[in-house]
Amino acid sequence: MTPLGISSCTLTTALGAGCAATLSAMQAPRTGLAPVRFQGVPLTTWTGEVAGVDAVTLPDHLTDFDCRNNRLAWLALQQDGFLEAVAAARARWGAQRVGVFLGTSTSGLLQTELAYRRRGPDGTLPADFLYEPTQSTYSLAAFTTQALRLSGPSWVVSTACSSSAKVFGTAARMIAAGLIDAAVIGGVDSLCLTTLYGFASLELLSPEICRPFDAARSGLSIGEAAAFALIERDSNTPQGWLLGVGESNDGHHMSSPHPEGAGAIEAMRAALADAGLQAAEIDYINLHGTATPSNDAAEAKAVVQVFGTQTPCSSTKGATGHTLGAAGGVEAVMVLLAMRHGLMPAGLNVQQRDPDLALNYLVENRLAPMRYVASNSFGFGGSNACLVFGSEEA
Amino acid sequence: MSGLRVWVQGIGLLGPGLNSWPAALAVLRGAQAHSLAPTVLPAPARLPPAERRRAGAAVKLALAVADEAVAQAQIDPGTLATVFSSSSGEGTNCHALCETLATPAPMVSPTRFTNSVHNAASGCWHIAVASRASSTSLCAFDGSLGAGLLEAATSVQLSGEPVLLVASDSPYPEPLHAKRPLPDHFGLALLLAPAADAHSLAALTITLTGADAPAATCTDASLDALRRSIPAAAALPLLAALAQATPQRQVQLDYLAGVGLQVDVEPIARPVPEGAA
Repeated sequence: MTPLGISSCTLTTALGAGCAATLSAMQAPRTGLAPVRFQGVPLTTWTGEVAGVDAVTLPDHLTDFDCRNNRLAWLALQQDGFLEAVAAARARWGAQRVGVFLGTSTSGLLQTELAYRRRGPDGTLPADFLYEPTQSTYSLAAFTTQALRLSGPSWVVSTACSSSAKVFGTAARMIAAGLIDAAVIGGVDSLCLTTLYGFASLELLSPEICRPFDAARSGLSIGEAAAFALIERDSNTPQGWLLGVGESNDGHHMSSPHPEGAGAIEAMRAALADAGLQAAEIDYINLHGTATPSNDAAEAKAVVQVFGTQTPCSSTKGATGHTLGAAGGVEAVMVLLAMRHGLMPAGLNVQQRDPDLALNYLVENRLAPMRYVASNSFGFGGSNACLVFGSEEA
Repeated sequence: MSGLRVWVQGIGLLGPGLNSWPAALAVLRGAQAHSLAPTVLPAPARLPPAERRRAGAAVKLALAVADEAVAQAQIDPGTLATVFSSSSGEGTNCHALCETLATPAPMVSPTRFTNSVHNAASGCWHIAVASRASSTSLCAFDGSLGAGLLEAATSVQLSGEPVLLVASDSPYPEPLHAKRPLPDHFGLALLLAPAADAHSLAALTITLTGADAPAATCTDASLDALRRSIPAAAALPLLAALAQATPQRQVQLDYLAGVGLQVDVEPIARPVPEGAA
């Protein structure tokens, strides 16, 4: 692909709101995970809850969109000068030439879950429950488009935990096809009961803090997050470059990865080919690394096949939790920060590295310049995506 | 701008009173009035028995139209990239999960949770046909058909490979139905290719337009009611144009409040199979 400059980016996770808070947590390093408090859920698990979401108020003309997911989106959009960067892009290209492509898995579903607790005697949902601006999977992109006063094409990609990685491919294609000149991309997923109880039902939630790539890892910790990036045809202020996108499917199982990582291998190879890079040129890999026994085992096998055993790599989910449909976007912004500051982030919470996972997995921060990095995101339904970023054009 | 040019190699269709693409041709051409019979969803023959039992309406619908388009195009689905677009996922699943989660000690079904993802149909299809090719799953509420068409057409153009587009919607049960009323199931599939070959049915040229142009309507009032009430049925003017033997210019489709889609349709003459309807 033609390299695309990322003019602005921001993220809000359990580590804090904005890039500075995230960077300082990465440097410490510290985790944002804590035992679950959300909605008094009686599960034994840890979550990465974002502070202050309940107190966020949406702009007056957008109050129909009020739900946890859009509050989190709005909190994130106000960080790091992102609104100003989008305003400049709107002025430069025109509102109709800026697309909005965002990933989410559950959108405003919490609103529906809570509405089901307030059904009338005849079973009806309360009058204040609005489907389109909250529960609809598209709600996130509709809200963001209106909040940013854009009027280009928009949609939500919802492929579970690869969603907000895949939107980078969507934006690249739409720009290459000449339909738009810039796009706001990223993803938002917020805590809800469906994912907490759902992952619990699959026995994929760890009762303790998640420990990606640890020998005794016992499952994931769910997080919530919002991440946004502004990508432009001809960026005046590139913070980093999108160089390649690889997408594939396992075609194997709805909720388990292919045991040898066959689809993941195809996604990583496709991303490298798209970037025109060799595996040896990648300086750091941000792993999907959910800390489920099967994900980390399959991903390690796949990474070894493509990159060998020496490339420094880590999962940042020990810090943020698994932010599901937002994970690809969050980790994209984290690797852009990592490149800018020459910081390969440690994988947190490792007590004993799994000797069967033959990767150069970082358990301590490493200060080193990075030119090219890769980021993996895999999801239910066998959906895989790998993104390659550069600190400069390839 | 010249627009996105792609070729249609196969079409799948299933909706109220529209039982397949060949069965719907007479209605789409205006030779026969549309009669509103409930959509009949076939069992997904491609799925292994266990998955077939678990498959909900949304999966059955998507797989049925996907199968029809692939069969018509005579293409190997094992290497085929796909785009699935839907305004919602499996409505009955979502309802059952929300009902469970409203109880004091929820016992969530792992199968229901797994199949609650928006990309359940995509996952099932790729498992059924053993395809590792790229697949994406989209939602743009009432504009989901337009989003899918743009994603599929740009993917065809950029990859130089065929892409199967599936746009489908299924209704929610009550009480969600009252909040999001969709009258019935409606799905279509278009197998889109970057170049013409012996299987090509038509060439499409797709452009983005402003919101000013009103969408094309269906002459048949019953069909037009479907167009206005089910997101995927926004494709009906395009399907009607594809059913014609002559080029249909500037077919305007609904997408978003601020953005429309215009499609030029140039059919490639080929005989309709005897007794296909």
